[in-house]
Amino acid sequence: MTCLRGYRRPPPGTQPNHLHPQYVSSIKRAPAKPLVYLPHTLSEVTGPMFEASSSDLKACDLTRQHSGEPLGERIIVSGRVLDEDGRPVPHTLVEVWQANAAGRYLHKIDQHDAPLDPNFTGTGHTLTDSDGRYRFVTIRPGAYPWKNHHNAWRPAHVHFSLFGPAFATRLVTQMYFPGDPLLSFDPIFNCTADERARNHLISSFDWESTLPENALGFNFDIILGGRDETPWEKAK
Amino acid sequence: MTFQSTPSQTVGPFFEIGLSRLYVNDLVGPGVSGERVEIEGKAFDADGQPVGDAVIEIWQANSHGKYAHPEDQQDKPTESGFQGYGRTPTQPDGSFRFKTVKPGRVPGPDGNLQAPHIAVSVFARGLLRRLVTRIYFPDEPANAEDYVLNLVEPARRHTLIAKRTTNRQATLEWNVVLQGADETVFFDC
Repeated sequence: MTCLRGYRRPPPGTQPNHLHPQYVSSIKRAPAKPLVYLPHTLSEVTGPMFEASSSDLKACDLTRQHSGEPLGERIIVSGRVLDEDGRPVPHTLVEVWQANAAGRYLHKIDQHDAPLDPNFTGTGHTLTDSDGRYRFVTIRPGAYPWKNHHNAWRPAHVHFSLFGPAFATRLVTQMYFPGDPLLSFDPIFNCTADERARNHLISSFDWESTLPENALGFNFDIILGGRDETPWEKAK
Repeated sequence: MTFQSTPSQTVGPFFEIGLSRLYVNDLVGPGVSGERVEIEGKAFDADGQPVGDAVIEIWQANSHGKYAHPEDQQDKPTESGFQGYGRTPTQPDGSFRFKTVKPGRVPGPDGNLQAPHIAVSVFARGLLRRLVTRIYFPDEPANAEDYVLNLVEPARRHTLIAKRTTNRQATLEWNVVLQGADETVFFDC
């Protein structure tokens, strides 16, 4: 058989543990038994591939999905999807969803007493280009309260879902905004022990992508697992 | 130069607005070969309460044991009506179902073929990282020699193997128990 190269495992502390008691919902849902180490096989180094759909132009501009303009501060969120070796991940699907400027999701179970915006759905998708780049136009989401602890507020964030080249590289994450005072109080942001890794979740203000008279730019690069250098060896 | 991969974060309770576009729970298009199976189950938390706000994704080979992906270089046919990808939310009672075909065998790490299996990702509020598990098939002689199943302690292997249901022949039951005595085996992937 041909030798298979798997994907690298994250160094300790650079990804969250499953159980993070400060995030109350993890207490009854995180597995309690140790995970079983899975060597990457053909099943894990392959994964679903998606093509661009006809709706792509509107899908990556969340401010143009309705007849009017959404309320709030228009922003551009862009960046590159790279692997751990800095190589671009081309033509991979990026899905996003977020609250509106008032901190309300267009979702039936969101009961936060803040207005919905008839001109904002808060969902988009795009494919990275051949250089791994993606770009969304949206509005800056609002913070919103949740019931995790007394006076708990989620810092403003955009949810990201990525597939990458393989089942092993699947990632769902959240992008935050620089200088947000709520970050230090947020158990979800703080669930990753390694501070440097955690800070990768904070976008940076991006002068170059900022459009004059139009929108502030934020850069958010996303790093997916890199490939092992050597083929996987037969286990002992 | 090496970078550190971006940390995972939970999908939270509102993923539906972002992920529903690619909900697929019937994977079988026209002209697809192989044994049709319906897999149904429920997701439970540590108290046995249904997890009604999870999203489950599956990835599998077609009935020939071929993945719809360029890195599968095996000399086996792909089928245009079968991409091998599924995604479905759980219902308020924790239930989910997929209609698919039983996958063929694909190579394993020891050079032998793996038993037929489906790769599974589970996301939910409360899960800071996805959970990775597998669905294997009942009455499958290849299970005994499957490399990955043999990495799992024998007493827990049954959590990975779907069960026959009594009344419907093509329907298999496979549940996800996130935590507890009968916790599903999850993998470090």
